[in-house]
Amino acid sequence: MPPKKCQALLSQLSEYVDGSLDPRLCKVLERHLKTCKNCRVVLNTMRKTIDLYRTVGESEEMPSEVRERLFHRLNLSEYLRKRP
Amino acid sequence: MNESVSSPTFSLEALRNGDRKEFARLVDAFSTPIYRLALRILGDPQDAEDVLQETFIRALSALPTFEGRSSLSTWLYRIAVNEALMMLRRRKPETLLNENDGGDEENSDNESNYLVDWCCLPEEELLSEEARQFLDQAIAQLPENLRLVFWLRDVEGLSIKETAEALGLSETNVKTRLLRARLRLRELLSEYYYERMGMRPEEDAP
Repeated sequence: MPPKKCQALLSQLSEYVDGSLDPRLCKVLERHLKTCKNCRVVLNTMRKTIDLYRTVGESEEMPSEVRERLFHRLNLSEYLRKRP
Repeated sequence: MNESVSSPTFSLEALRNGDRKEFARLVDAFSTPIYRLALRILGDPQDAEDVLQETFIRALSALPTFEGRSSLSTWLYRIAVNEALMMLRRRKPETLLNENDGGDEENSDNESNYLVDWCCLPEEELLSEEARQFLDQAIAQLPENLRLVFWLRDVEGLSIKETAEALGLSETNVKTRLLRARLRLRELLSEYYYERMGMRPEEDAP
């Protein structure tokens, strides 16, 4: 099991990644990160996990025929060509 | 951060008055993220398309009374989530009955794998076709309530507040679920990429 301190700080990592962690808690966490390799790994791989899903998610396009059927269903066929 | 979710601006007045051109713009701005979200909830392209269509049909009829207390995007996501969950309950009632809040369970069997820094793997390996399939499988393993929070916040780029509004949750609840989802996905990915690191650089043999 990871040491108790690591476990406690784990719950703050998510807000730290988002930049919304209280500045005082940030300092405590950053001090710990300097000396704890395991927590640094968790932080880095959590960031990378988010990053990978964002990259993959954003590249997932809706098929053009789905868009066409949607516009027809909504009686918006006349605007179909004007994709921004 | 994905800016496309909240950056387009629309004339609420035109939308409320049934301006079709403005509505077409709205559909184009949000159909892709709504389709992706529905696909993530339902796992089936045809179901996702049905939800997409129903979402905009419902939005079209509700727009005249939309008061604008939340943003248009959050409002649309909320309609889409409700539509998708209703469909899910119709099709797979048994899966929802068994669902708990998820993500609490301690899973310490492979703890050493979780502490490997796989960030150094080359991008083509992190995002290979096989890895992309694994990313899909991993997120599908999350309980629905964690998956939705993660998807809206981390992939579609909604804020904590917007995610809470879209899902009808408190912000505290969103933060808790987001932490669980991120930790769980990080663990699943760590197991996967740990094996990839072990196979590098030239090991091809079984």
